[in-house]
Amino acid sequence: MRSSWWKIVSVLLLIYTIIGGLLFYVPRLNIVNETIRALYFHVPMWFGMVFMFLVSTINAVKYLRKPSFEKDVWSVEFANTGLVFGLLGIFTGMIWANYTWGSPWHGDPKQNGAAIALLVYLAYFVLRGSIENEEQRARLSAVYNIFAFAAMIPLIFIIPRMTSSMHPGSGGNPGFNMYDLDSNMRMVFYPAVIGWILFGCWMATLRIRTKLLEEKLLDLDDKKNA
Amino acid sequence: MIKILFQKEFILELRRKSAISGLALYLFSIVFICYLTFSLRQNLITPLVWSALFWITVLFTAVNTVAKSFIGEKKGKDIYYYSIASPASIIVSKIVYNFILCTLLSFTGLILFVVFLANPVSDLVLFASTILLVALGFASSLTLLSGIAAKANNSNILMAVLSFPVVISILLMAIKITKNCLDGLDRSVSSDEILVLVAINCLVTAVSYLLFPYIWRS
Repeated sequence: MRSSWWKIVSVLLLIYTIIGGLLFYVPRLNIVNETIRALYFHVPMWFGMVFMFLVSTINAVKYLRKPSFEKDVWSVEFANTGLVFGLLGIFTGMIWANYTWGSPWHGDPKQNGAAIALLVYLAYFVLRGSIENEEQRARLSAVYNIFAFAAMIPLIFIIPRMTSSMHPGSGGNPGFNMYDLDSNMRMVFYPAVIGWILFGCWMATLRIRTKLLEEKLLDLDDKKNA
Repeated sequence: MIKILFQKEFILELRRKSAISGLALYLFSIVFICYLTFSLRQNLITPLVWSALFWITVLFTAVNTVAKSFIGEKKGKDIYYYSIASPASIIVSKIVYNFILCTLLSFTGLILFVVFLANPVSDLVLFASTILLVALGFASSLTLLSGIAAKANNSNILMAVLSFPVVISILLMAIKITKNCLDGLDRSVSSDEILVLVAINCLVTAVSYLLFPYIWRS
Protein backbone atom coordinates (compact mmCIF):
# COMPACT_ATOMS: atom_id res chain seq x y z
CA MET A 1 0.00 0.00 0.00
CA ARG A 2 2.97 2.32 0.36
CA SER A 3 3.77 2.53 -3.33
CA SER A 4 3.03 5.92 -4.76
CA TRP A 5 1.64 5.17 -8.22
CA TRP A 6 -1.99 4.78 -7.13
CA LYS A 7 -1.84 8.03 -5.19
CA ILE A 8 -0.66 9.83 -8.32
CA VAL A 9 -3.45 8.13 -10.28
CA SER A 10 -5.96 9.28 -7.70
CA VAL A 11 -4.81 12.91 -7.83
CA LEU A 12 -4.78 12.91 -11.64
CA LEU A 13 -8.27 11.40 -11.76
CA LEU A 14 -9.59 13.98 -9.30
CA ILE A 15 -8.03 16.89 -11.22
CA TYR A 16 -9.64 15.46 -14.36
CA THR A 17 -12.96 15.15 -12.49
CA ILE A 18 -12.92 18.73 -11.29
CA ILE A 19 -11.99 20.18 -14.67
CA GLY A 20 -14.21 17.82 -16.64
CA GLY A 21 -17.05 18.00 -14.17
CA LEU A 22 -17.23 21.76 -14.29
CA LEU A 23 -16.50 22.34 -17.97
CA PHE A 24 -17.66 19.41 -20.11
CA TYR A 25 -21.00 19.32 -21.87
CA VAL A 26 -23.94 18.04 -19.81
CA PRO A 27 -27.50 17.42 -21.01
CA ARG A 28 -29.96 20.21 -20.25
CA LEU A 29 -32.88 18.89 -18.21
CA ASN A 30 -35.81 20.66 -16.64
CA ILE A 31 -35.46 21.78 -13.01
CA VAL A 32 -32.11 20.02 -12.65
CA ASN A 33 -30.31 22.23 -15.19
CA GLU A 34 -26.65 22.75 -14.41
CA THR A 35 -26.98 21.17 -10.97
CA ILE A 36 -26.72 17.84 -12.77
CA ARG A 37 -22.98 18.36 -12.31
CA ALA A 38 -23.53 17.49 -8.65
CA LEU A 39 -23.60 13.89 -9.90
CA TYR A 40 -19.82 14.02 -10.32
CA PHE A 41 -19.23 15.18 -6.76
CA HIS A 42 -22.19 13.94 -4.71
CA VAL A 43 -22.73 10.38 -5.92
CA PRO A 44 -19.05 9.29 -5.71
CA MET A 45 -19.21 10.16 -1.99
CA TRP A 46 -21.75 7.36 -1.44
CA PHE A 47 -19.74 4.91 -3.51
CA GLY A 48 -16.74 5.89 -1.41
CA MET A 49 -18.65 5.60 1.86
CA VAL A 50 -19.98 2.12 1.10
CA PHE A 51 -16.54 0.99 -0.04
CA MET A 52 -14.84 2.31 3.11
CA PHE A 53 -17.45 0.71 5.39
CA LEU A 54 -17.08 -2.54 3.47
CA VAL A 55 -13.30 -2.54 3.99
CA SER A 56 -13.87 -1.69 7.64
CA THR A 57 -16.25 -4.62 8.04
CA ILE A 58 -13.92 -7.02 6.23
CA ASN A 59 -11.17 -6.03 8.63
CA ALA A 60 -13.53 -6.53 11.56
CA VAL A 61 -14.19 -10.08 10.32
CA LYS A 62 -10.46 -10.64 9.94
CA TYR A 63 -9.95 -9.34 13.46
CA LEU A 64 -12.46 -11.78 14.89
CA ARG A 65 -10.84 -14.67 13.06
CA LYS A 66 -7.34 -13.76 14.18
CA PRO A 67 -7.10 -10.85 16.66
CA SER A 68 -4.30 -8.37 16.09
CA PHE A 69 -3.84 -4.69 16.91
CA GLU A 70 -3.23 -3.88 13.26
CA LYS A 71 -6.55 -5.25 12.04
CA ASP A 72 -8.39 -3.21 14.64
CA VAL A 73 -6.65 -0.02 13.52
CA TRP A 74 -7.53 -0.80 9.91
CA SER A 75 -11.15 -1.33 10.83
CA VAL A 76 -11.43 1.91 12.81
CA GLU A 77 -9.66 4.13 10.34
CA PHE A 78 -11.66 2.91 7.37
CA ALA A 79 -14.85 3.49 9.36
CA ASN A 80 -13.56 7.00 10.13
CA THR A 81 -12.90 7.74 6.48
CA GLY A 82 -16.27 6.30 5.53
CA LEU A 83 -17.90 8.64 8.02
CA VAL A 84 -16.11 11.63 6.44
CA PHE A 85 -17.37 10.54 3.01
CA GLY A 86 -20.89 10.09 4.37
CA LEU A 87 -20.91 13.56 5.92
CA LEU A 88 -19.60 15.09 2.69
CA GLY A 89 -22.27 13.14 0.77
CA ILE A 90 -25.01 14.49 3.02
CA PHE A 91 -23.69 18.07 2.77
CA THR A 92 -23.26 18.02 -1.01
CA GLY A 93 -26.75 16.53 -1.24
CA MET A 94 -28.13 19.29 0.96
CA ILE A 95 -26.53 21.99 -1.18
CA TRP A 96 -28.01 20.38 -4.28
CA ALA A 97 -31.43 19.94 -2.65
CA ASN A 98 -31.43 23.59 -1.64
CA TYR A 99 -31.36 24.61 -5.30
CA THR A 100 -33.60 21.95 -6.83
CA TRP A 101 -36.04 21.02 -4.09
CA GLY A 102 -36.11 24.40 -2.40
CA SER A 103 -34.87 23.35 1.01
CA PRO A 104 -31.76 21.55 2.23
CA TRP A 105 -33.57 18.87 4.23
CA HIS A 106 -36.61 17.47 2.56
CA GLY A 107 -37.30 14.33 4.56
CA ASP A 108 -36.72 12.27 1.46
CA PRO A 109 -36.35 8.50 2.14
CA LYS A 110 -32.80 8.58 0.78
CA GLN A 111 -31.81 11.47 3.02
CA ASN A 112 -33.29 9.77 6.07
CA GLY A 113 -31.66 6.45 5.22
CA ALA A 114 -28.27 8.10 4.83
CA ALA A 115 -28.66 9.98 8.11
CA ILE A 116 -29.53 6.75 9.96
CA ALA A 117 -26.56 4.97 8.37
CA LEU A 118 -24.32 7.71 9.76
CA LEU A 119 -25.98 7.36 13.19
CA VAL A 120 -25.06 3.67 13.16
CA TYR A 121 -21.40 4.46 12.71
CA LEU A 122 -21.50 7.29 15.24
CA ALA A 123 -22.88 4.72 17.69
CA TYR A 124 -19.89 2.56 16.77
CA PHE A 125 -17.54 5.31 17.93
CA VAL A 126 -19.58 5.88 21.10
CA LEU A 127 -19.21 2.17 21.84
CA ARG A 128 -15.47 2.36 21.30
CA GLY A 129 -15.25 5.35 23.57
CA SER A 130 -17.05 3.67 26.43
CA ILE A 131 -14.87 0.55 26.83
CA GLU A 132 -11.62 0.86 28.74
CA ASN A 133 -9.98 -2.49 28.09
CA GLU A 134 -8.22 -2.32 24.73
CA GLU A 135 -8.65 -5.91 23.67
CA GLN A 136 -12.30 -5.99 24.69
CA ARG A 137 -12.91 -2.69 22.89
CA ALA A 138 -11.47 -4.10 19.70
CA ARG A 139 -13.51 -7.28 19.86
CA LEU A 140 -16.86 -5.77 20.84
CA SER A 141 -16.57 -2.98 18.32
CA ALA A 142 -15.67 -5.50 15.61
CA VAL A 143 -18.85 -7.41 16.46
CA TYR A 144 -20.92 -4.23 16.35
CA ASN A 145 -19.26 -3.17 13.11
CA ILE A 146 -20.31 -6.37 11.33
CA PHE A 147 -23.78 -6.24 12.84
CA ALA A 148 -24.23 -2.58 11.90
CA PHE A 149 -23.09 -3.17 8.34
CA ALA A 150 -25.58 -6.01 7.98
CA ALA A 151 -28.34 -3.82 9.38
CA MET A 152 -27.34 -0.95 7.10
CA ILE A 153 -27.79 -2.95 3.88
CA PRO A 154 -31.61 -2.92 3.90
CA LEU A 155 -31.56 0.67 5.09
CA ILE A 156 -29.67 2.18 2.19
CA PHE A 157 -30.10 -0.37 -0.58
CA ILE A 158 -33.61 -1.78 -0.23
CA ILE A 159 -35.97 0.50 1.66
CA PRO A 160 -35.30 3.70 -0.33
CA ARG A 161 -36.05 1.78 -3.51
CA MET A 162 -39.45 0.66 -2.22
CA THR A 163 -40.83 4.09 -1.49
CA SER A 164 -41.52 6.96 -3.79
CA SER A 165 -38.77 9.50 -3.62
CA MET A 166 -37.93 12.75 -5.31
CA HIS A 167 -34.30 11.74 -5.52
CA PRO A 168 -33.04 11.39 -9.10
CA GLY A 169 -32.94 7.77 -10.16
CA SER A 170 -36.09 6.72 -8.33
CA GLY A 171 -39.82 7.18 -8.67
CA GLY A 172 -39.60 7.96 -12.36
CA ASN A 173 -37.24 10.86 -11.91
CA PRO A 174 -34.34 11.00 -14.31
CA GLY A 175 -31.13 9.70 -12.89
CA PHE A 176 -28.39 7.17 -13.06
CA ASN A 177 -28.64 4.33 -15.56
CA MET A 178 -31.46 6.00 -17.42
CA TYR A 179 -31.60 7.25 -20.95
CA ASP A 180 -30.38 10.68 -19.95
CA LEU A 181 -27.09 9.78 -18.33
CA ASP A 182 -25.44 9.83 -21.72
CA SER A 183 -22.04 8.40 -22.40
CA ASN A 184 -20.43 11.83 -22.01
CA MET A 185 -21.34 11.88 -18.34
CA ARG A 186 -20.05 8.36 -17.79
CA MET A 187 -16.68 9.52 -19.06
CA VAL A 188 -16.36 11.76 -16.03
CA PHE A 189 -18.49 9.84 -13.52
CA TYR A 190 -16.58 6.56 -13.43
CA PRO A 191 -13.14 8.20 -13.13
CA ALA A 192 -14.59 10.33 -10.32
CA VAL A 193 -15.76 7.24 -8.42
CA ILE A 194 -12.38 5.50 -8.79
CA GLY A 195 -10.50 8.69 -7.94
CA TRP A 196 -12.46 9.35 -4.76
CA ILE A 197 -12.19 5.73 -3.59
CA LEU A 198 -8.42 5.77 -4.11
CA PHE A 199 -8.23 9.10 -2.31
CA GLY A 200 -10.20 7.68 0.61
CA CYS A 201 -7.87 4.69 0.82
CA TRP A 202 -4.93 7.10 0.84
CA MET A 203 -6.45 9.06 3.73
CA ALA A 204 -7.18 5.89 5.68
CA THR A 205 -3.74 4.34 5.12
CA LEU A 206 -2.03 7.55 6.24
CA ARG A 207 -3.96 7.49 9.49
CA ILE A 208 -3.32 3.78 9.94
CA ARG A 209 0.42 4.32 9.50
CA THR A 210 0.54 7.16 12.03
CA LYS A 211 -1.40 5.08 14.52
CA LEU A 212 0.85 2.06 14.10
CA LEU A 213 3.92 4.28 14.45
CA GLU A 214 2.52 5.86 17.61
CA GLU A 215 1.98 2.40 19.03
CA LYS A 216 5.56 1.46 18.14
CA LEU A 217 6.86 4.59 19.89
CA LEU A 218 4.86 3.71 23.00
CA ASP A 219 6.33 0.22 22.95
CA LEU A 220 9.83 1.64 22.67
CA ASP A 221 9.16 3.98 25.60
CA ASP A 222 7.93 1.06 27.66
CA LYS A 223 11.04 -0.93 26.88
CA LYS A 224 13.28 2.02 27.82
CA ASN A 225 11.53 2.48 31.15
CA ALA A 226 11.51 -1.21 31.96
CA MET B 1 -29.22 -27.93 26.01
CA ILE B 2 -31.22 -25.13 24.41
CA LYS B 3 -34.37 -26.49 25.98
CA ILE B 4 -32.83 -26.65 29.45
CA LEU B 5 -31.48 -23.11 29.19
CA PHE B 6 -34.84 -21.91 27.97
CA GLN B 7 -36.60 -23.59 30.90
CA LYS B 8 -34.08 -22.01 33.25
CA GLU B 9 -34.86 -18.53 31.88
CA PHE B 10 -38.55 -19.19 32.23
CA ILE B 11 -38.33 -20.52 35.78
CA LEU B 12 -36.09 -17.66 36.87
CA GLU B 13 -38.55 -15.18 35.43
CA LEU B 14 -41.45 -16.77 37.29
CA ARG B 15 -39.44 -16.94 40.48
CA ARG B 16 -38.67 -13.23 40.66
CA LYS B 17 -41.92 -11.82 39.49
CA SER B 18 -40.80 -8.25 40.08
CA ALA B 19 -39.14 -7.91 36.68
CA ILE B 20 -42.03 -9.08 34.54
CA SER B 21 -44.64 -7.29 36.60
CA GLY B 22 -42.48 -4.18 36.45
CA LEU B 23 -42.50 -4.38 32.68
CA ALA B 24 -46.24 -4.89 32.59
CA LEU B 25 -46.67 -1.86 34.81
CA TYR B 26 -44.32 0.12 32.57
CA LEU B 27 -46.46 -0.78 29.59
CA PHE B 28 -49.64 0.05 31.42
CA SER B 29 -48.29 3.44 32.53
CA ILE B 30 -47.34 4.43 28.99
CA VAL B 31 -50.75 3.49 27.65
CA PHE B 32 -52.50 5.18 30.54
CA ILE B 33 -50.53 8.41 30.07
CA CYS B 34 -51.49 8.36 26.39
CA TYR B 35 -55.09 7.75 27.36
CA LEU B 36 -55.17 10.60 29.89
CA THR B 37 -53.47 13.01 27.49
CA PHE B 38 -55.70 12.24 24.57
CA SER B 39 -58.91 12.07 26.56
CA LEU B 40 -58.62 15.85 26.84
CA ARG B 41 -59.70 16.06 23.26
CA GLN B 42 -61.43 12.97 21.94
CA ASN B 43 -61.03 13.12 18.20
CA LEU B 44 -57.30 13.76 18.26
CA ILE B 45 -56.38 10.07 17.94
CA THR B 46 -56.13 9.68 14.20
CA PRO B 47 -55.01 6.28 12.89
CA LEU B 48 -51.50 7.59 12.23
CA VAL B 49 -51.14 8.97 15.76
CA TRP B 50 -52.37 5.63 17.05
CA SER B 51 -49.75 3.77 15.01
CA ALA B 52 -46.94 6.10 16.14
CA LEU B 53 -47.90 5.73 19.80
CA PHE B 54 -48.25 1.98 19.49
CA TRP B 55 -44.85 1.39 17.92
CA ILE B 56 -43.08 3.77 20.28
CA THR B 57 -44.61 1.85 23.19
CA VAL B 58 -43.61 -1.50 21.71
CA LEU B 59 -40.07 -0.30 20.97
CA PHE B 60 -39.40 1.03 24.45
CA THR B 61 -40.95 -1.98 26.15
CA ALA B 62 -38.89 -4.32 23.96
CA VAL B 63 -35.64 -2.45 24.66
CA ASN B 64 -36.30 -2.60 28.39
CA THR B 65 -37.32 -6.24 28.26
CA VAL B 66 -34.37 -7.48 26.29
CA ALA B 67 -31.82 -5.19 27.95
CA LYS B 68 -32.10 -7.09 31.19
CA SER B 69 -31.24 -10.42 29.56
CA PHE B 70 -27.50 -9.84 29.92
CA ILE B 71 -27.18 -6.59 31.83
CA GLY B 72 -29.04 -7.95 34.85
CA GLU B 73 -26.89 -11.02 35.33
CA LYS B 74 -24.19 -11.23 37.95
CA LYS B 75 -20.53 -11.49 37.01
CA GLY B 76 -19.82 -14.96 38.36
CA LYS B 77 -22.81 -16.52 36.62
CA ASP B 78 -21.31 -15.76 33.20
CA ILE B 79 -18.32 -17.94 33.92
CA TYR B 80 -20.55 -20.74 35.16
CA TYR B 81 -22.70 -20.69 32.02
CA TYR B 82 -19.58 -20.46 29.93
CA SER B 83 -18.27 -23.65 31.43
CA ILE B 84 -21.43 -25.70 30.95
CA ALA B 85 -23.01 -24.50 27.71
CA SER B 86 -21.97 -23.59 24.20
CA PRO B 87 -22.46 -19.94 23.20
CA ALA B 88 -24.74 -20.98 20.32
CA SER B 89 -27.24 -22.65 22.63
CA ILE B 90 -27.14 -19.68 25.00
CA ILE B 91 -27.95 -17.14 22.31
CA VAL B 92 -30.66 -19.31 20.76
CA SER B 93 -32.35 -19.91 24.11
CA LYS B 94 -32.16 -16.20 24.96
CA ILE B 95 -33.54 -15.16 21.57
CA VAL B 96 -36.42 -17.62 21.80
CA TYR B 97 -37.18 -16.55 25.34
CA ASN B 98 -37.01 -12.84 24.51
CA PHE B 99 -39.13 -13.42 21.43
CA ILE B 100 -41.88 -14.99 23.52
CA LEU B 101 -41.65 -12.23 26.10
CA CYS B 102 -41.72 -9.47 23.47
CA THR B 103 -44.68 -11.07 21.74
CA LEU B 104 -46.61 -11.37 24.98
CA LEU B 105 -45.91 -7.77 25.93
CA SER B 106 -46.72 -6.45 22.44
CA PHE B 107 -50.06 -8.22 22.41
CA THR B 108 -50.80 -6.99 25.91
CA GLY B 109 -49.96 -3.54 24.61
CA LEU B 110 -52.32 -4.04 21.69
CA ILE B 111 -55.14 -5.09 24.00
CA LEU B 112 -54.51 -2.08 26.25
CA PHE B 113 -54.47 0.24 23.26
CA VAL B 114 -57.75 -1.19 22.00
CA VAL B 115 -59.35 -0.89 25.42
CA PHE B 116 -58.14 2.59 26.29
CA LEU B 117 -57.66 4.40 23.01
CA ALA B 118 -59.33 2.98 19.95
CA ASN B 119 -59.26 0.06 17.55
CA PRO B 120 -58.51 1.39 14.09
CA VAL B 121 -57.05 -1.91 12.84
CA SER B 122 -59.26 -3.51 10.24
CA ASP B 123 -57.07 -6.46 9.19
CA LEU B 124 -56.24 -8.03 12.52
CA VAL B 125 -54.52 -11.16 11.13
CA LEU B 126 -52.02 -9.16 9.10
CA PHE B 127 -51.39 -6.81 12.01
CA ALA B 128 -50.84 -9.72 14.41
CA SER B 129 -48.37 -11.36 12.06
CA THR B 130 -46.54 -8.03 11.75
CA ILE B 131 -46.27 -7.88 15.51
CA LEU B 132 -44.87 -11.42 15.55
CA LEU B 133 -42.25 -10.58 12.92
CA VAL B 134 -41.26 -7.36 14.66
CA ALA B 135 -40.99 -9.17 17.99
CA LEU B 136 -38.65 -11.73 16.40
CA GLY B 137 -36.52 -9.01 14.81
CA PHE B 138 -36.33 -7.03 18.05
CA ALA B 139 -35.54 -10.13 20.10
CA SER B 140 -32.68 -11.31 17.92
CA SER B 141 -31.04 -7.93 17.33
CA LEU B 142 -31.50 -6.54 20.84
CA THR B 143 -30.26 -9.73 22.52
CA LEU B 144 -26.92 -9.44 20.77
CA LEU B 145 -26.70 -5.71 21.47
CA SER B 146 -27.51 -6.20 25.14
CA GLY B 147 -24.68 -8.71 25.22
CA ILE B 148 -22.35 -6.02 23.85
CA ALA B 149 -23.73 -3.35 26.17
CA ALA B 150 -23.36 -5.60 29.20
CA LYS B 151 -19.63 -5.91 28.56
CA ALA B 152 -19.22 -2.14 28.36
CA ASN B 153 -19.68 -0.03 31.44
CA ASN B 154 -22.51 2.50 31.14
CA SER B 155 -24.86 -0.17 29.93
CA ASN B 156 -28.32 1.34 29.82
CA ILE B 157 -27.51 4.46 27.83
CA LEU B 158 -25.27 2.48 25.53
CA MET B 159 -28.05 0.00 24.89
CA ALA B 160 -30.29 2.78 23.58
CA VAL B 161 -27.55 4.35 21.48
CA LEU B 162 -26.55 1.05 19.90
CA SER B 163 -30.00 -0.34 19.30
CA PHE B 164 -32.05 2.50 17.87
CA PRO B 165 -30.21 2.93 14.58
CA VAL B 166 -30.18 -0.83 14.06
CA VAL B 167 -33.86 -1.52 14.69
CA ILE B 168 -35.06 1.47 12.70
CA SER B 169 -35.27 -0.50 9.46
CA ILE B 170 -37.52 -3.08 11.15
CA LEU B 171 -39.64 -0.33 12.60
CA LEU B 172 -39.96 1.53 9.28
CA MET B 173 -41.37 -1.58 7.61
CA ALA B 174 -43.74 -2.21 10.53
CA ILE B 175 -45.04 1.36 10.38
CA LYS B 176 -45.66 1.04 6.67
CA ILE B 177 -47.60 -2.23 7.08
CA THR B 178 -49.55 -0.69 9.95
CA LYS B 179 -50.53 2.21 7.74
CA ASN B 180 -51.81 -0.24 5.13
CA CYS B 181 -53.74 -2.14 7.84
CA LEU B 182 -55.26 1.05 9.18
CA ASP B 183 -56.28 2.21 5.74
CA GLY B 184 -57.99 -1.13 5.19
CA LEU B 185 -56.01 -1.88 2.06
CA ASP B 186 -55.84 -5.32 0.51
CA ARG B 187 -53.20 -7.71 1.89
CA SER B 188 -51.40 -7.95 -1.43
CA VAL B 189 -50.41 -4.28 -1.04
CA SER B 190 -48.24 -5.06 1.98
CA SER B 191 -46.69 -8.27 0.67
CA ASP B 192 -43.48 -6.46 -0.32
CA GLU B 193 -43.05 -5.02 3.15
CA ILE B 194 -43.72 -8.37 4.80
CA LEU B 195 -41.09 -9.98 2.59
CA VAL B 196 -38.53 -7.33 3.48
CA LEU B 197 -39.37 -7.74 7.15
CA VAL B 198 -38.83 -11.52 6.89
CA ALA B 199 -35.55 -10.93 5.04
CA ILE B 200 -34.31 -8.46 7.68
CA ASN B 201 -35.25 -10.94 10.39
CA CYS B 202 -33.30 -13.73 8.72
CA LEU B 203 -30.29 -11.45 8.28
CA VAL B 204 -30.34 -10.14 11.83
CA THR B 205 -30.90 -13.55 13.42
CA ALA B 206 -28.15 -15.16 11.38
CA VAL B 207 -25.68 -12.39 12.18
CA SER B 208 -26.43 -12.48 15.92
CA TYR B 209 -26.09 -16.26 15.94
CA LEU B 210 -22.72 -16.06 14.19
CA LEU B 211 -21.32 -13.15 16.18
CA PHE B 212 -22.42 -14.03 19.68
CA PRO B 213 -19.59 -16.52 20.39
CA TYR B 214 -17.10 -13.65 19.99
CA ILE B 215 -18.64 -11.42 22.64
CA TRP B 216 -19.23 -14.34 24.94
CA ARG B 217 -15.56 -15.32 24.96
CA SER B 218 -14.10 -12.89 27.45
